[in-house]
Amino acid sequence: MAQGTLIEGIREAMAEEMERDDRVWVLGEDVGRKGGVFLATEGLHARFGGDRVLDTPLAESAIVGVAIGSALNGLLPVAEIQFADFIHPAFDQIVSEAARIRYRSNGEFGCPIVIRAPYGGGVHGGLYHSQSVEAFYSHVPGLKVVIPSTPEDAKGLLKAAIRDPDPVLLFEHKKCYRLIKGELPGSDHLTPIGPAAVRQEGDKITCVAWGLMVHYCLEAATTVAEEGISVEVIDLRTLSPLDKKTILRSVEKTARAMVVHEDNLTGGFGAEIAAIIAGEGFEFLDAPVVRVAGPDVPAMPFNKPQEDAFMPNPTRIAQAMRDLAAY
Amino acid sequence: MSDERDGRTATSPAPSHVQLGLGREQLLTMYRQMVLARAIDRRMWVLNRQGKAPFVISGQGHEAAQVGAAHALEPGKDWLCPYYRDLAFCLALGMTPLDFLLSVYARAADPNSGGRQMPSHFGLKRARIITTSSVVATQVVHAAGLAYASKVRGLGEVAVACLGEGSTSEGDWHEALNFAGVHQLPMICIVQDNDYAISVPHRLQMSVESVASRAVGYGMPGLPVDGGDLLAMYSAMRQAVERARSGEGPTLIDAKVARFTSHSSDDDQRRYRPQEELEAMLRKDPIERFRIYLQRHSLLSDPEDESIQREATAQVDEAVQQAEAAPSPDVADLARHVFAEEG
Repeated sequence: MAQGTLIEGIREAMAEEMERDDRVWVLGEDVGRKGGVFLATEGLHARFGGDRVLDTPLAESAIVGVAIGSALNGLLPVAEIQFADFIHPAFDQIVSEAARIRYRSNGEFGCPIVIRAPYGGGVHGGLYHSQSVEAFYSHVPGLKVVIPSTPEDAKGLLKAAIRDPDPVLLFEHKKCYRLIKGELPGSDHLTPIGPAAVRQEGDKITCVAWGLMVHYCLEAATTVAEEGISVEVIDLRTLSPLDKKTILRSVEKTARAMVVHEDNLTGGFGAEIAAIIAGEGFEFLDAPVVRVAGPDVPAMPFNKPQEDAFMPNPTRIAQAMRDLAAY
Repeated sequence: MSDERDGRTATSPAPSHVQLGLGREQLLTMYRQMVLARAIDRRMWVLNRQGKAPFVISGQGHEAAQVGAAHALEPGKDWLCPYYRDLAFCLALGMTPLDFLLSVYARAADPNSGGRQMPSHFGLKRARIITTSSVVATQVVHAAGLAYASKVRGLGEVAVACLGEGSTSEGDWHEALNFAGVHQLPMICIVQDNDYAISVPHRLQMSVESVASRAVGYGMPGLPVDGGDLLAMYSAMRQAVERARSGEGPTLIDAKVARFTSHSSDDDQRRYRPQEELEAMLRKDPIERFRIYLQRHSLLSDPEDESIQREATAQVDEAVQQAEAAPSPDVADLARHVFAEEG
């Protein structure tokens, strides 16, 4: 299998699906000749032309709304929102429209769109280029929310998303784009939307994460393994619909659970996972469910020491693992 | 709508049906559709007072603009992204009285939404009427997307979006028209300006007399039309459709219409509109106006008119009866269609 980075997985997924199905098209700000600000769409404009790789006006609601309209007329759009921080003007089109078109038409109309957005901090992005927005959208029935952490899943999940009959949001951690390398599967491989992946087996603690935090959790797990703490790391991959079974099966084995995310603590997606474990796995537990998350401040500062203090990191996660193991 | 404003927005007199190439049969179809829309609309209010229709929102006074526009389209080929006053438009594109009444009663067989949405949130796949939300102006962006697909795939389809003048204050309206202008899309935006967004008058919504004057900013023609004049609307719309089909791009139409009823069954417009204004408005019924036109051209006799009215009443009676007898959706169906169902 070929090796590559996470962003190469994203790019290959789009190129292969556009090759395979001429209904697939890409739209967003700077996705054309420039190939996107992170170069996720590099080469697509030259290969597939301006109609299918469209530089849109700087208007996020139109990017998503036009994607919806084109899907209602037979196309399969992949809309790029340049940074997840700028997705908010499109919130209404995503939540009131895309998520409800099938439901409100009693199944008559569908909305097969994909929205890709780079998210996450640790890249000197400041308040408006660092956010994690997955909790907003995972709250909304009718949307699928996926966050790959490996090149293989980035490619496989995006291809599955493009072929999915319903709206899928794919959040890509921008720090993972070039940092994370791995195998890139061939064009037939799809990563199904839904199932989580157990990245490391263990029997003392269940650690649930997604995106960049999966890698930090694996690093922390390696550290504490030397101290005799065996951690099972679950990469959710799909936040909605959530693979509760994999989480609960693991907690049944370990009796201790923690969730790690970059988004701030209160109302973060970790709260939902903690509630599910408490509600459906209470009798498995030997300790309270722990959440390691960003602090409850409005956003991530540009200043490096403050940015570092905001982001959960392997050291902090390892300490939380030790504390939980000792409970 | 005040007389003063009518004067300022007056356009050149509409061409006659002969100039427009409209035959008697089509003219009578147009008239029947307006009469039917009005009959259904009035019945909704009766059902509301009887406690059978919890919510009503009306298109009375808008019928000529909608039916005139619909007849310039090719039903089943062109797309409509409607708004909640578009009953007559939808009927003219192929929605039946029963299709609509089933939504008033929130029945399982309601093709708009299976009883999920409030009435007048239209959507009918077979007629290419796109499902509508309550969030105003979102549908205009969808029309741009539909039109983009039509253009790049060479389908020759036109996408129409309707909305009220108040909704043009929304960002989505601007984003949609800008996008349509940049790509010269086969899209037509019809603003049905009835002078009020619930209670807020036109002058507090925008600084221009006609929203059509904004079209220049989007690189498209803006046509102010007397929306009470069916033939004027048909004529403007035909121009717009020809432009769209021949690849010349989008058009913005500002149809001045009258809102005969309160905003909805939860509103009372007497609280914020002067009595004289309401009385003057009601004297300018677009259906009455078209009936007089037809009679003046000896295209409609009194007995024919009476028979059209009777026929409409009978159609409504039958649809009400059938809708009332139709079953509600199963409560368990609440959970269906969140995502595509297997198989």
